[in-house]
Amino acid sequence: MQLDSKIPEGPLAEKWEKHKFNVKLVNPANKRKYDVIVVGTGLAGGAAAASLAELGYNVKAFTYHDSPRRAHSIAAQGGINAAKNYQNDGDSVFRLFYDTVKGGDYRAREANVYRLAQVSVNIIDQCVAQGVPFAREYGGLLANRSFGGAQVSRTFYARGQTGQQLLLGAYSALSRQIAYGKVKMYTRSEMLDVVIIDGQARGIVTRNLVTGEVETHSAHAVVLATGGYGNVFYLSTNAMYCNVTAAWRAHKKGAFFANPCFTQIHPTCIPVSGDYQSKLTLMSESLRNDGRVWVPKTVEMAERVRKGEIKPQDIAEDDRDYFLERKYPAFGNLVPRDVASRNAKMMCDEGRGVGSTGLAVYLDFSEIIKRTGADAVSQKYGNLFAMYEKITDEDPYKQPMRIYPAVHYTMGGLWVDYNLQTTVPGLYATGECNFSDHGANRLGASALMQGLADGYFVIPYTIGDYLAQTPPKPVNVDHPAFAEAKAGVQARTEQLLNIKGNRTPDDFHKILGHIMWEYCGMARTAEGLKYAKAEIQKLKKEFWSDVKVVGSGEEMNQALEKAGRVADFIELGELMVDDALNRNESCGGHFREEYQTPEGEALRDDENYAYVAAWEYQGENQPEKLNKEELTFENVKLTQRSYK
Amino acid sequence: MAGSNPNAKPMNLTLKVWRQPNRQAQGKIVDYQVKDISPDMSFLEMLDVLNEDLLRGGQDPVAFDHDCREGICGSCDLFINGRSHGPEKGTTTCQLHMRKFSDGDTITIEPWRASSFPVNKDLSVDRSAFDRIIQAGGYVSVNTGGAPDGNEIPIPKEISDRAFEAATCIGCGACVAACKNASAMLFVSAKVSQLALLPQGQVERKTRVENMVAQMDKEGFGACTNIGSCAAECPVGISLENIAILNREFLAAKASSNNLA
Ligand SMILES: Cc1cc2nc3c(=O)[nH]c(=O)nc-3n(C[C@H](O)[C@H](O)[C@H](O)COP(=O)(O)OP(=O)(O)OC[C@H]3O[C@@H](n4cnc5c(N)ncnc54)[C@H](O)[C@@H]3O)c2cc1C
Ligand code: SF4
Ligand code: FES
Repeated sequence: MQLDSKIPEGPLAEKWEKHKFNVKLVNPANKRKYDVIVVGTGLAGGAAAASLAELGYNVKAFTYHDSPRRAHSIAAQGGINAAKNYQNDGDSVFRLFYDTVKGGDYRAREANVYRLAQVSVNIIDQCVAQGVPFAREYGGLLANRSFGGAQVSRTFYARGQTGQQLLLGAYSALSRQIAYGKVKMYTRSEMLDVVIIDGQARGIVTRNLVTGEVETHSAHAVVLATGGYGNVFYLSTNAMYCNVTAAWRAHKKGAFFANPCFTQIHPTCIPVSGDYQSKLTLMSESLRNDGRVWVPKTVEMAERVRKGEIKPQDIAEDDRDYFLERKYPAFGNLVPRDVASRNAKMMCDEGRGVGSTGLAVYLDFSEIIKRTGADAVSQKYGNLFAMYEKITDEDPYKQPMRIYPAVHYTMGGLWVDYNLQTTVPGLYATGECNFSDHGANRLGASALMQGLADGYFVIPYTIGDYLAQTPPKPVNVDHPAFAEAKAGVQARTEQLLNIKGNRTPDDFHKILGHIMWEYCGMARTAEGLKYAKAEIQKLKKEFWSDVKVVGSGEEMNQALEKAGRVADFIELGELMVDDALNRNESCGGHFREEYQTPEGEALRDDENYAYVAAWEYQGENQPEKLNKEELTFENVKLTQRSYK
Repeated sequence: MAGSNPNAKPMNLTLKVWRQPNRQAQGKIVDYQVKDISPDMSFLEMLDVLNEDLLRGGQDPVAFDHDCREGICGSCDLFINGRSHGPEKGTTTCQLHMRKFSDGDTITIEPWRASSFPVNKDLSVDRSAFDRIIQAGGYVSVNTGGAPDGNEIPIPKEISDRAFEAATCIGCGACVAACKNASAMLFVSAKVSQLALLPQGQVERKTRVENMVAQMDKEGFGACTNIGSCAAECPVGISLENIAILNREFLAAKASSNNLA
């Protein structure tokens, strides 16, 4: 299949305006004749559902949470970018666009990124109007900070709880439409399949997580906003329930999956403390503005720290290696995430890691505390320091934090065109579940921006173009395609319950996570990836013959839910490995050890790999087919990223 | 390989857990033993251990709600030894760590108890009443698009900070569970104050408070008798001052209602 990205003609800065003018509009009186399903009510889905309902469409929104307010977006800490240039420090739409394309190591689509930067300014206005309490200056205007290596201050924030405040804003808008009856909200409902009629998405199959009932829902279009798949690694900073199931079922129904191997490992997370660990906790990137990252200079000294013989505070300045400041004098501790993560791993691989496991580096605040006082530091980071202490029982005011990289975000996702439509007509993907804007590495504070851009300002236009070309006849769940999809879902549930094996879904998930982290994590090799592929195939067989789920499908059954999600993660894991193996270059978060500069930086191959890898499902246990969308760069020059 | 405290000894505990197959069924407390619990585990990781044991033994794991495990999503909601979110102040269940308990302890784990929060199964309850209260008016009625520039509405930092404090409510329901009247006043007051403090919330100020309070009553939450256990047990420190604001807002609205309905 020839991929058509549908990028509008014309100069970059005019594409979106022109496109908005050119898309077909649905007559206002007709809007109420169209039903739109939105799956997921995080930032992307909540914003989309509310905005579409405001326009007059009938929206049915679904979430597996007990309330839309609990989506994983709630946990975002640091902030949201927007090219407002309120600080007069030289920011502009073009600079945000440029930084995002460069930060993504030139593997994102220019036109999408430019549009994202353009609408970023509207997001802030919209959120302020909703009553989102962003941080402010004493003069009453909005405050900004610089974030994640950006050299301008363009990040808007609400203390360390930006995601919470933005999501509650979207939730309030959604709640208003629910009250008006324009959105019908289905909570604790998990989408388990897409229904396709004559090649077009016309509905979904869900399971009610309280009663177990399997239901079908019809619509004229389906929007997925189901978040990222970082939990394929078992341990990640994602919320426990984050999963790939919705996207994966759509993939199996014909939606291409793009760049699955592009995952982001965040450098500042609280290290693993034991086998029982269920998730990892992020310490906001903003800490790198003031904290200094270091390890002991020698392996011997690191060993003594690990054994508890000496404390970090007792190590003399001269015996510390502030490795980021040493290697990257221009950016220091503020290098992009992929660079910071990889360097932390390098230090630990050299045997200079700290903590009892040796898998940690220090993030030290002693200097800033000395310079500005503990109070000032607490003002800025109080909640993060408290969270750190709660989890580790160590006081970061007195001793450096221990941090280690952890899986955080997935740049890959369902392939979408400029309209955010997948390769299945009528099926859209927004927010983290699509692949569109971040290339091979996402900049800090840009995921919230993308989710809200997609939901508030892009999908309301682009979906209209599709609906305007769809007759406003009701779609009926009596169509046999619904019964068929429903039967498929029921059969799979039965299958999971009937295996009656010996190992729990979590047992399998942990093994998968280990394989992915070791061989498809921060550093990858062809050899390791091939090994991983074989291991995953083995694991899949074992899963389907030995997984244990008790109870029935007709009740609340959390182990059953988990089993279904793990089954999908296993299949996704294999595709991620295939994708990583195919991409014989290093770029952004994808680091193939075979492809690096003499200084150990990622070495891209623009000649051969400046494309989006969009994978096409070919049937059970068949190798997937690779489709390429060539990326063309007309407005930025491809350079070796350098943060020296 | 404990992270911070290599000397801490693993613990053995007795758990008394509320089991109830579904909303209609009778529930009861069932005893379980868990062994080798590391003090560095979170409370929910301890329950994970129990659930894995149960599942391996062919028994139904205990249903409970959780997601972020970072104290922000408001999903987790356990009533531990008679207290909302357990013994540690200012902490959600997911952020409670086992080092707060001792070897040999018996821990009672129940769901939130309030008629407005019916049990789904075991420890999972239905808190959709909170959503319906927000739907009754917990928003500013602005459509997407057409908002003025963000800096056109300057807001004094003190006001904005206070609104933020109120806006940090995670909607967990601990306040209701802690209150002997099962009152939802703290939850409702947090949203009402946030929007009453901000200029954006002024236009609908009166109708909002009236409609939200009416919905709260309709959902069957109890009356507030100023005991204050809600604020004492709130994991994010929503203060009683908000309830005072709510009362003031409510009286003012009643005195000069815009509500023509
Ligand atoms: C700890 C942490 C901190 C972060 N901090 C920042 C930050 O400071 N700035 C930033 O820009 N980004 C940050 N990010 C990234 C950002 O939070 C996410 O990328 C973003 O919120 C994703 O939003 P979303 O709407 O796409 O998905 P989500 O918020 O994950 O929402 C997914 C929704 O889909 C629903 N869903 C999923 N599958 C199904 C299904 N099968 N059936 C029914 N419903 C389903 C869920 O219930 C949920 O409602 C952070 C991420 C983490 C993990
Ligand atoms: S007020 Fe506090 S206890 Fe009540 S729902 Fe909000 S966060 Fe939970
Ligand atoms: S699980 Fe999210 S607050 Fe506890």
